[in-house]
Amino acid sequence: MEEGGVPVAVTGQEQMGNEQKDIVVVSRRLWEGKSPVEQVLPGVLMGKMEQIFALARKSSLWPMQFGLACCAIEMISTYMAHHDLDRFGVVTWPSPRQSDVMIVAGTVVKKMADPIRLLYEQMPAPKWVIAMGSCATCGGPYIRSYSVVMGVDHILPVDIYIPGCPPRPEALMDGLIKLQGKIMKEQGRDISQAREQA
Amino acid sequence: MTTHGAQPPTPAVTASYPELEAALKEALAGVPYTSEYILDELVVTLPPEHVLSACRVLKDHPRLAFDYLRCISGVDWVANLQVVYHLWSMSLRHKLVVKVNLPNDNPRVASVIPVWRGADWHEREAAELFGIVFEGHPDLKPLLLYEGFEGYPLRKSFAQGVKPGREAEAAEKPRKAVRPPAEKPPEKGEGAP
Amino acid sequence: MTTDARPQSTPQTIEMMVNMGPQHPSTHGVFRMVLQVDGERVTGMESVIGYLHRGTEKLAEGEMYRQVITLFDRLDYLANFNNEHTFVMVTEKLMGVKPPERAEFIRVILLELNRIASHLMYYAAFGADTGVFGTTFMYGFRERERIQAVFEAVSGARMMHNFMRVGGVKNDLPANFDAMMGDLMPVLERGVRECDDLLTTNEIFLERTQGIGVISAADAVNLGLSGPNLRACGVPYDVRRAEPYSIYDKLDFDVPVGARGDCFDRYLVRMEEMRQSLRILKQAMKGLPAGPVMATNVPKGLRPPKGEAFVCTENPRGEFGVYVISDGKDRPYRLKIRGPSFVNLMSLPTMMRNAYIADAVVILASIDIVLGDVDR
Repeated sequence: MEEGGVPVAVTGQEQMGNEQKDIVVVSRRLWEGKSPVEQVLPGVLMGKMEQIFALARKSSLWPMQFGLACCAIEMISTYMAHHDLDRFGVVTWPSPRQSDVMIVAGTVVKKMADPIRLLYEQMPAPKWVIAMGSCATCGGPYIRSYSVVMGVDHILPVDIYIPGCPPRPEALMDGLIKLQGKIMKEQGRDISQAREQA
Repeated sequence: MTTHGAQPPTPAVTASYPELEAALKEALAGVPYTSEYILDELVVTLPPEHVLSACRVLKDHPRLAFDYLRCISGVDWVANLQVVYHLWSMSLRHKLVVKVNLPNDNPRVASVIPVWRGADWHEREAAELFGIVFEGHPDLKPLLLYEGFEGYPLRKSFAQGVKPGREAEAAEKPRKAVRPPAEKPPEKGEGAP
Repeated sequence: MTTDARPQSTPQTIEMMVNMGPQHPSTHGVFRMVLQVDGERVTGMESVIGYLHRGTEKLAEGEMYRQVITLFDRLDYLANFNNEHTFVMVTEKLMGVKPPERAEFIRVILLELNRIASHLMYYAAFGADTGVFGTTFMYGFRERERIQAVFEAVSGARMMHNFMRVGGVKNDLPANFDAMMGDLMPVLERGVRECDDLLTTNEIFLERTQGIGVISAADAVNLGLSGPNLRACGVPYDVRRAEPYSIYDKLDFDVPVGARGDCFDRYLVRMEEMRQSLRILKQAMKGLPAGPVMATNVPKGLRPPKGEAFVCTENPRGEFGVYVISDGKDRPYRLKIRGPSFVNLMSLPTMMRNAYIADAVVILASIDIVLGDVDR
């Protein structure tokens, strides 16, 4: 016997006759609102292609091993066992040709500006840039120096700025998680061209 | 913790190295040098033309034996340039400061690489940051600055924090303090701003 | 009838230039080496530096003495306390200020902890460059995190502490410092022992480091080499013993000295230095007196009288020197930094004579450079 759609215990006699009805009720609960494809293949994930690519990209960000100065030490600390970036899928990679993210950790000096730009151009799209630390964001404590570029965004389009001198490992993790969120939101729309022209 | 206005006494000269002075007198016999004590160091000032020969003597003389060059610094005194050598002796455990004054218009001094090979990069740095020319240096090309850098950054005439080409503009407007002086607190009864 | 079709004469080789850096996983920062190679042998090399030249010396001429301390943190960014201490010592020498006893002990405790942390980073990077893919990094940084937790408790920051002041230190130690150090010391001892066990007797490591990058004592002194690199050549020069500063003349510790001046000796000297630092720490903790942490006769506006001073201290990398010329104002007239890594790098061509390209990486790692010190 059913009450309000919820199958309730039935007596033995009613069990035999009501079995079919219960199954039909329970089935209707499960399949309500689902498309025929989902009814037939229940374990399949459905989504737009951009969403799935973004999910894959954000879960496996490979930063290029690129520490310039003091922030690099905190970046290495974040990769190591105590804070562990590997659980986010982040594996540091020496070659720019196989990496996704460039974490500019440290002061950008004018002499280094050309190599940085060259490395950025060697990275294949889609690529992102995180400016880690005060020096990469705006020049930091070297703001009046004759040889420092006041922020890496004079050379590269930056996605995430992480303040701090140096930022704590937790701050770098937060920055990477925000980058992951940004990747999901952008969903593959390659706006790097627009950013560069801006 | 810190008291306003209290000044510590000016530190007096604490050192006296009579054996070192005597050895210098004997070793640098033909060289017109002057020496003085500054804090705990003996400072010898030489004319530029005697630098290389004097340094050879400083290293080779058995009672001096300055075999370790700690540092070569350039200093801009506006009226003249100066090169300062800090020396240390491993065997005799004494130290010395050698200063050489150079004219602004033509700052040339002999390179001391034949005496201490470790003078190499110190001299290259002083050359590019001050414009001092070290004669006899095998390769005096810039070390720290990027190619095409104009000017000598550590000279006093090189303005700090000014984009090259905009010195005249900055000279008219001196750099003002980042924070304005503390304003008087609002009087009672004025309410929140 | 078969004839040997292989060419009988030796193949002709030409020399090639191989560029390493400025971005390279093994260059310890933005350092560029241009190697001239004949086959696999390095016949000549040139170091190109300046990729981290931030103009600290010029900036310091425009900043007050207390502000300059923050610039010094960022020079040799693995030995922050050592840098700060040297600059503070120079200013104290110019002004004739003597910090109280407790401040000196606190300084030495932090300096030696920093030395251990810096050598652990060296261990991590050196291991990685000899082929240990990440394990030494894990071991080294595990202990470093513990030391950085102590630094954070004392000064508020993991890395750029800005803690030393002219006349003492910024504030006293936290109340649970004794307990923290009591927990930390056995952990560090065990950690150093584990690091040692992993690498020192490893056959591959020995093959890769023994006899590689040899430099003679005479060459080393002539080039200005300092620190563990110089001691590995057999020259027992340690600034803490040669020109004792702070309370080092009251502390009992050995100075490890190597024999052959190769990469392995440099590694062994640093491992032993970590143990000696632990010994110093024990003595300093036991002898830590009560009292103020700041001298009373330091004025608020630091204005050293006219004069100049040059102070050298024993950085984990070598002899760190600061030369300050004061003209009586509140900003230094001239500040010159003698960075140990800057001078140590000059001996790289001598060490790399006839090395293989793979050895070039190991030799560079064994000198233990920090680019902040090189380029300033």
